Formats: sequence, C-alpha cells, structure tokens
Amino acid sequence: MPDLTWIKNGRIVDPVNGRDEVGDIYVNEGRIVGSLSTGQRKGAHVIDAGGLLVCPGLVDIHVHFREPGQTHKETIQTGSHAAAAGGFTSVICMPNTTPAADDAGTIQYIQDAIQREAVVRVYPTGCITVGMNGERLAPIGSLKRAGVVAITDDGKCVQNNELMRRAVEYASMFSLPVMDHCEDSSLTRGAVMNEGVMSTRLGLQGWPAAAEDIIVSRNVILSTHTGAHIHLQHISSATSVDIIRRAKKRGVSITAEATPHHLALTEATIAEYDTNFKMNPPLRTEEDRQALIDGLRDGTLDCVATDHAPHTDYEKDKEFDFAPFGIVGLETALPISLQVLHRESGFSLLDSISLLTSKPADVMNLDAGSIGEGAKADIAIIDPDETWTVTPESLHSKSANSPWLGVALKGRVRKTLLEGKPVFADGRILTG
Amino acid sequence: MPWNRKDLITIENLSVEEIEQIFKVTAALKRTMGRSVKKLPALRGKTIVNLFLEPSTRTRIAFEVAATRLSADVISLDMAASSTTKGETLRDTAQNIEALKADMIVIRHTAPGSPLYLSRLLRIPVVNAGDGSHEHPTQALLDCFTLVEHLGSLKGRRITILGDILFSRVARSNIWAMTKLGAEVTVAGPSTLVPHWFTSMGVKVSHNLRTALADADAVMLLRIQHERQTSTHFPSLGEYTSMFGLNRTRAGWLKPDAIIMHPGPINRGVEIDSDLADSGQSVILEQVTNGIAVRMAVLYLCAGGSPEAMLKSAPAS
Repeated sequence: MPDLTWIKNGRIVDPVNGRDEVGDIYVNEGRIVGSLSTGQRKGAHVIDAGGLLVCPGLVDIHVHFREPGQTHKETIQTGSHAAAAGGFTSVICMPNTTPAADDAGTIQYIQDAIQREAVVRVYPTGCITVGMNGERLAPIGSLKRAGVVAITDDGKCVQNNELMRRAVEYASMFSLPVMDHCEDSSLTRGAVMNEGVMSTRLGLQGWPAAAEDIIVSRNVILSTHTGAHIHLQHISSATSVDIIRRAKKRGVSITAEATPHHLALTEATIAEYDTNFKMNPPLRTEEDRQALIDGLRDGTLDCVATDHAPHTDYEKDKEFDFAPFGIVGLETALPISLQVLHRESGFSLLDSISLLTSKPADVMNLDAGSIGEGAKADIAIIDPDETWTVTPESLHSKSANSPWLGVALKGRVRKTLLEGKPVFADGRILTG
Repeated sequence: MPWNRKDLITIENLSVEEIEQIFKVTAALKRTMGRSVKKLPALRGKTIVNLFLEPSTRTRIAFEVAATRLSADVISLDMAASSTTKGETLRDTAQNIEALKADMIVIRHTAPGSPLYLSRLLRIPVVNAGDGSHEHPTQALLDCFTLVEHLGSLKGRRITILGDILFSRVARSNIWAMTKLGAEVTVAGPSTLVPHWFTSMGVKVSHNLRTALADADAVMLLRIQHERQTSTHFPSLGEYTSMFGLNRTRAGWLKPDAIIMHPGPINRGVEIDSDLADSGQSVILEQVTNGIAVRMAVLYLCAGGSPEAMLKSAPAS
C-alpha cells in the first residue's frame, strides 16, 4: 500500500511557485504530486485543511540545540520537537556546543544524534576556528566531508581580519557559506544591552550598534575582495541594513537574516530588567526595528531566522548583568512574523511565508521551502487566526526563556509533515 | 499623607509628595540627633540585614548607624563573607535571609536592577543602597535634603553635577530627585563620561565647564571612580583635573553663595582643590550627617512606621 496523503481545501501558500489559492495538495511516497487517481484518493490519508494555511515546512537557518555538552538547556531531540511544533521542518544548528563542533568527530556525533533523535531535518554547521577561539582555522575541509552546511563561530566573531579573510577564501573552495555573528568585541566588553537612552536610564553597560556595523562593513569588504559568500547573522542595526543595501547594489555576495525578536521588540522592553529580553545582539531602537522591516521588504535582508537560544530558568533567573544572552524562538517565530510583517507592515502572506521558507533555503542552498510538484512533502499546516498564550507548558523546547511568556499570539501550527508524515499534530509530537 | 511603599528601589518612580514626606520625617529625625540620648525605640525587635555584595564602607556604616539609632538589630554581610562566592544565586541568598526571619534587607550590588529583582522575590522590605551605575536613592535624598536646607525650594534653582556621570548611580538618582523638585540640572564633564543620552532624563549636557558652572546655585562633584576608564575614557587624572577639576578660579563662576557638594570619598587635588573642600561653601560633612537622618527615615517608613507619629514625637520647635 503506497503512502498517500490528500490535504483538502487548504489555502495553499507556496512562494516559490507564486501560489496563493484554496486547493488540495497530494503526497505520494513523501513527495508532492499533481494529483491522485480516484482509486488512490480512496486509500489516501485525508487531512481537512479548510480555513487553514498549507505552507512549505518552515526553514530556520539559525538555531542552537546545545548538544553535545549543554543538554540541560536543549537536546537535538527536544530542539527538533520545538522546531516541529513551530512548523519548521529544516533547521541549521550552530556549533557553539561543548566541545565546540570544530572537528569531524564532533560533527559525526551530532549527525548520529540527529539520525537517532530528530523529528525534522537538522543540518549541522562547523566552527571557523579551533575551539571558536579566533586563533587558528578549524579543519574546514574535514568538516565539509562530515556534512556541515556552513561554517561559523556564532556567538563569537572572528576578530582577526587576516584570519577571517583566509577563512572565507578557503571555505569558498568547498562552496561553504561562512555565517558571521557580527560583533567587534573591543566595543562590547561588559555590555549587556543596546547603548542609548535605555542603557543610560537603567545604568546598564551599553552595546553600541557600531560594534555590529564595523564587522558588517568588514565582511562586505572581505566578500568584495574574495568573492566568497558571507552570511551576516541576526542583523539588528539600521546602519548595518544601509551598509548591506549598498553592498548588494554593487553585487557583493552577501546575505543577511533578521530575527523575529529584533523585528518585534525594542530596547524599551528592558525597563524592568527582565532577562528574557537579554540577547546578543541586543534589542535596539524603534528606528532600527523599522529599518529591519524595510530591509526585508526590499530584499536587503534575505530571510528571518530565530537564533533559538535555549537557557534554563535557573540560568536566566539572575541579575541582568549575570544572565546569559539568548531566547528561544522556534515556537513563536511564525505568529510573530505574521503579526509584524503581514498584519502590521503590509507584507503579503506569500512574501511573509517566503521569508521563513524558500528564502532561507536559498541562502543556504537547502533542498527545502517549496510544495511544488516533485518537492519533498515537508509541510506546515497553520491556523492563521488561532490565538494562544505562551506559557512554559505550551512550549516543546526544554527551555522556556521566551520574551513572550504570558502574551497571547495569533497564528498557530496545527500540523507539521515531514515527507508527508505528520511529526506534529494538534499540540503533540508524533514519533515512531 | 500615608506612606504605601514596602521598598525603596529608585527615585525615578517616587512622586514629589513621597520625597517631601521623606524629608518631613528626616527633619524630625534630625532633631532627635541633637538629644543626649539619640536612640529611638521605633524599630526595636526588628532585624535588618545589610547585604553588601559590592565593597562599601561609608554607605554601609551610615545604614548601620541609622538602624542602630532606631534600635534595630543589624547584621551586615559583605561580599567576602557572603555565600555568593560559593556559587549561590542572589535568589537563594535572599530567600535564606528571609527564612532567618529578617525584617528588612538593605542591598548594595554591582548589578543594576538587582534591588528590584529582590523586592519582587521577597515579602520583606528591600532598600536599595546602590545598584551598579543605576540608582543610589538614599544618597540623592540626603543630597536634596541638604540642598533644600540651604536653598529652600529647589524650583528654578540651577544645579550642576560634574564628573563621571556615565558610571554614576549618584548622578542618576540625583537627576531624578532634583528635576522632580523643580531644579534646572546640568550634567557636565568629559564627553566620554557624559554622553548626550542624558538629555532624555530632562537635564542639560555640557562639556564646557565655564557655561556649566555659570550662575549655578550648587555644584555636586563626583569622583572619577573607575580605574579602567583611565585607559579609554580620558587620558589621565592630571588632564581631568586641568580640564574639569574645581579650583578657586572656577568656583568663582558659581553664584557667590553657591554651595559645593560631594558624596565622598573625595580625591583631594583631583576633582576638587583641597582648600575648597574645607571652605565655607562646602557642605560635604553636612551631607554625611543628613545621610544618617535620611536613612533613618527610609528604614522607618519602609518598615511601616507612621509619618504622623514620628512628626508628633519630634515636633519642630
């Protein structure tokens, strides 16, 4: 008996094919097909998607799954559950684990865990430098052979320009994108939030946007000189958006992402020192936030990525200065993006969904982000109108360090299908 | 007017009426300090814990004296003795202190926001004795109490705060207190230590000492406190003194009867010439005395003491 699925009467939102219409999606043996015969329809598993959106499974090119070494925060299993619950079917995890994923052995360990535990597609990245110490190149060729889809020292930024230049030159030989966390650390020592009106008021050490802008400029220059693809992670500053816009006009091979939290929130939310608003880079001003939205609108910024960064409650429950940076994002990314981009900023549904599907897939050359005929049937079925309140219990991540705790969000994933098989349905992870 | 606060965390969220209420009680308590028996029974049987997670001598002693004068039992924990060095979180430390049945915590901490954090965690009152570069409310209260003693109402008075504003909790609390009381405040010093963001708090920012001091009714000097700044924020203490140190000539730019204030500890010859610190214009030691009375008032009010009862027990003559 072949494995057949018939998703009926959904609003199909497939950005790659420019499709936004009510219709049916058919799956045969894990792939999207144009139709099923009458006989096949009888034997198909039917999903009634009336009133729901049927989208490509979402793609997040920036998550932290903490395995190996920090599994009290998250594991590849729990992280993949959070992904599935958020509608994501492909995610790229960062290498700042313990130990850092800077050699083929660690990548193999991660690949094994993915094979064993993950309910969605999880792609590893490797480090740019050994131990992410910014001193010596990691074995980038071996990392590539072990299956990494990019290299990055995310969480840290390679400060040495010669080393970064050689890293991007060397990685380009393997067509490996280099993802960079843009932060000049000489400008951020001891800093915990955006430098400006709020840091002045709160007496917290300020983190100037210049720390990001300088490295974004550096990377634009290195990409110009080497032709290598550099992907700029979690852009947060208006000046950086401007630098990227001008570089792209000149055809420089850079791409960039923005996070849902930088699109939705500003430094003003830190008024009461809530550490669930402490992240790196920090939340910035309304002007920066608007620049990010404009950057996504005109393609200066290529996609949305969550920087899903789980930390336990006891790690976050500290003085603002002492709490770790980062928040979880996989399970709130969709409703936040729909709210900020579609409902508040006039992005079409197709454009909004493209920023979470086909566009990030393009940036990282992943086979994902489409539900056209022949594509893998990775599908998110979404109720765009359901309102739900974020609580620790509502999240599938091992951690609940979300800035939206207690907040009602609109838009919820009903089902997530991987190659046609439901891995998440109506609030539950389905395994086996 | 009643006092409804359990905690004193910031000046920013105090009303003018609350500040004036504290001043009335402070004035009453100050009168009791002239008596031969200074001790009052107001907090007898209460235990106050001074949780000092950042080294401090003068503020801690001022709180100890204030609590002792009110007959409270005082336990002072300083950083070296505390369990935080053993990896205990602030939450656990504070909950342990509460479990010991302490009645109030006075906290000094390097981390901004930590007194607010504690106050939400604990049922007992929390008094902020300085949180990083954020606020130092009792210092601002004693400074403004001293200013009012000398200048009367602060409405329309020109007050200049000079020095390291960026890293100063004293500056921030005083900005809120002085502007709430109607003063026109200028913050002055090197551009690296007085960023323009401060204008958002309702003050003028100046890097020109002459304009900053011209016709001021009072100048408050702040110590250059962070050794690390000397490598990046300005070239040297010597250059600081030559550009921004207060000397006789520069003091002459102030109003003739202007007062000179300093929260201490002073660095003679750096931010202030030695003889100016000892001059008739200086009210530095009065600030110290008022610091006891203000802290007595704050402890008394946060412990639930009635303002009226205190005003009755020490009426103005």
